[in-house]
Amino acid sequence: MSILVDENTRLLVQGITGREGSFHALRCMEYGTNLVAGVTPGRGGTMWEDKVPVFNTIGQAVDETEANVALIFVPAAFAADAILESADAGIPLIACITEGIPVMDMVRVSKFLESRPSRLIGPNCPGLISPGSNCKIGIMPGNIHTPGRVGVVSRSGTLTYEAVNQLTALGIGQSTCVGIGGDPIVGTSFVDVLELFQNDSDTDAIVMIGEIGGSKEQEAAEYIRDHVTKPVVSLIVGVTAPPGKRMGHAGAIITGSAARAEEKVRALREAGAHIAPSPAEIGITMKAALGV
Amino acid sequence: MKIHEYQAKAVLAEFGIPVPKSGVASTPDEASAIAAEMGERSVVKAQVHAGGRGLAGGVKVVGSPAEAASVAGDLLGNKLVTHQTGPDGVPVTRVLIEETAQIAKEYYLAVVIDSGSRGPVIMASEAGGMDIEEVAATTPEKILRANIDVVIGLQPFQCRHLAYGLGLPGELIRPAAALITNLYRVFEAKDCSLAEINPLVLTEEGQLLALDAKLDFEDDALARHPELQELRDTDQEDPLELEASKFDISYVKLDGDVGCMVNGAGLAMATMDSITMAEAMPANFLDVGGGATEEQVAQAFRLLLSDPQVKRILVNVFGGILRCDVAARGIVAAAEEAEDRVPIVVRMLGTNADEGKEILAQSNLGVTLVNDLNEAAAAIRQAAG
Repeated sequence: MSILVDENTRLLVQGITGREGSFHALRCMEYGTNLVAGVTPGRGGTMWEDKVPVFNTIGQAVDETEANVALIFVPAAFAADAILESADAGIPLIACITEGIPVMDMVRVSKFLESRPSRLIGPNCPGLISPGSNCKIGIMPGNIHTPGRVGVVSRSGTLTYEAVNQLTALGIGQSTCVGIGGDPIVGTSFVDVLELFQNDSDTDAIVMIGEIGGSKEQEAAEYIRDHVTKPVVSLIVGVTAPPGKRMGHAGAIITGSAARAEEKVRALREAGAHIAPSPAEIGITMKAALGV
Repeated sequence: MKIHEYQAKAVLAEFGIPVPKSGVASTPDEASAIAAEMGERSVVKAQVHAGGRGLAGGVKVVGSPAEAASVAGDLLGNKLVTHQTGPDGVPVTRVLIEETAQIAKEYYLAVVIDSGSRGPVIMASEAGGMDIEEVAATTPEKILRANIDVVIGLQPFQCRHLAYGLGLPGELIRPAAALITNLYRVFEAKDCSLAEINPLVLTEEGQLLALDAKLDFEDDALARHPELQELRDTDQEDPLELEASKFDISYVKLDGDVGCMVNGAGLAMATMDSITMAEAMPANFLDVGGGATEEQVAQAFRLLLSDPQVKRILVNVFGGILRCDVAARGIVAAAEEAEDRVPIVVRMLGTNADEGKEILAQSNLGVTLVNDLNEAAAAIRQAAG
C-alpha cells in the first residue's frame, strides 16, 4: 500500500554517528524501518548502538548489506558529495534531509543524476514514510501517521505533519507521505510523485501542499489536468508573503508573477483540484472529496 | 546577500567587464573631488540596497563638482524611500560619482538559476533599462534565453546567439560574447543568485559598458566566500532581521500587528495566511527552526516582544524534534522579563504538547490556548480588543 518505500526497504544512514543522524536513525528503527547499515568515513568496522554495522564507504555498505535506500544527515558543505557517493554506488532511492546546500552544488548533482538510475528526494526535506509498511525514512513524527489510501506530497516539513494530523484525526489513513523539499532545485518534483500516486493501486486520492516560489505547482496542475484521475486536494501557502523576501525555505521567494500563491491556486483549481479554503481545512476538504 | 552597486561594479571590473570610471564618496567634499576628475558633468548615485532609485531622486546628473557636492550633501545622512524600500526608506551613507556616458542603446543582461531546467540561465533583452518583469509580462518575445549545462559550461555559440539576437553590429559580437562569458564567470565563481547588468549600454563611441549592476549572493554559499562577507552592509538591513540573523532565526519583518512564532517555514506561512483570514495582518514571518533549544525559542520570542508594532502574538508549534514543553519554557522565560503585556494565543500539537500547555497555563501570562488554526484565527480576532 505505498510508493517508493515499503517492507522491502533496506535503509542505510549517511552520517549515522552524528548527533542528528544518530537521533533519527534510532527513531526510524523504532518505527519499524529495516536499518541495515550506517556510513561515516573513519568509523568503519564499528557497530552503531551495538545494532548496526558502520562502514567507511557507501560501496562497502552496499556490498555487505544490500542496502537499497540512503538517508542523508551530512552537513551542508559535504552533502552534495554524499548524494553523489550514494548515486555512484547505485542506490536506487536517496533521501537528503540536509538544509542549506549551495544551489550550484545541487545544479551539478542533478546533472549527474540525469545519467544514473537513482532517484533523489529532497534536499531540505523531512523524508518519506509508508505507514502501512511501518517504513519511515526521515525526521517526521511517526505516531501521527496511520495506514490508509491517501497519498501526501509537500514542499514543507511541519506543514505536512499538520496535514497528516488532520487526515488521521478524521480517520483518513495515508499510503505514503513524501516531502520533496523546500529548495529551488530538488531531485523529485510534484509531477514525479503525482505520477507514482496515480499509478499506485493502493492510493485512492492525493493531498498536494505547495507554496510560493518557482512554478512547479503550475507544472503539477498541467499534469493533474491531463493525467490524474484520482481526487487531488491542494493547499498553497504564502498568500501574505511579500515579493523578493525569502520565507525560510530557499525556494520560497516571489521573484515573478508565476511564483505568487494566487497564480498557483488558480492553475490548480482550473486543473480540477479541490482547493482547501484554509490551512485548517485540508482534512475536511479531503473527506468531502472522498465522499466519506 | 545584497551588496551595493559600487561593490558589484568592482567585482565585474575584476572579471574584465567594462564599467564607467567612478569613485565612492561619503562626504560632499569627497564627492566634489571625485567629480572634478570626471570632467564637467558627472552622475551622483545614492548607494542603497534597493531598486527604483532614479524615480526616488537618488540618481542625478550634475554639471559641476560644486553641484555634485550639493547633491551628495542632500543624499548623504538621509534616508531614501523607493517603491522597494517600504515607507521608512534606507539610509544613504555613500554615493557613487560616475562619468556620464553618451548612450546609443540600452540592453538587459542577467544570469539567474532557473529551477525549471535545474541550472543557470542567461537572459538578454534589447529592452534595457526597463523593469524586466514588465518586459516578461508584456513582450516576452523580447527576452532571449540560454540555458547552461554546468558540466560543459557556457559555450561560445550560445554567446554568439545572444549577441546576434540582440541585433548588435558585427564588430561588437566578439566583445559582447566576451562580456557575457565574463558575467557568467562572476555568477559561477561567486555563487550568485543574481548577476544583472541593467542597463548594459552601447555608447555613441561604439563601446559596451555596464552602466548599472546588481549582484546578489546566495546565502547558503557565503560560508565558502569570506571575501564576500566583508561586503555586507548591515546599515541597509532591518534592525530586527539583523538581530534575528545573529541567532540563526529565520525572520522577515512585515507590516501588520500580529507577531507570530512557528516551527517550520511552510507552517509559518500557513499561520500567516490564517492570520490574514482572521482579517488581521502578520507583523512578521518567523521560523524558529526544527531543532530549536529553549534559549533559541526565548530569543525568538524576545524579538517579537521588541517589535513596537506587535500588539498580539500567535504561537503555532507542531512538536517533533522541537518538544512543546521546551518551546513553552522558552516563551515563559522571555515573556516574564517583558514590561508590557500583549495578548498571547498559543496552539501546540505533537511531542509533549500537554506538558507544554500545562507550563503555559501555570504561568501568569494569561495565555489563550487553542486547538487548531481556525480557533487560533478566532482568538486573534478577539485579541484585537
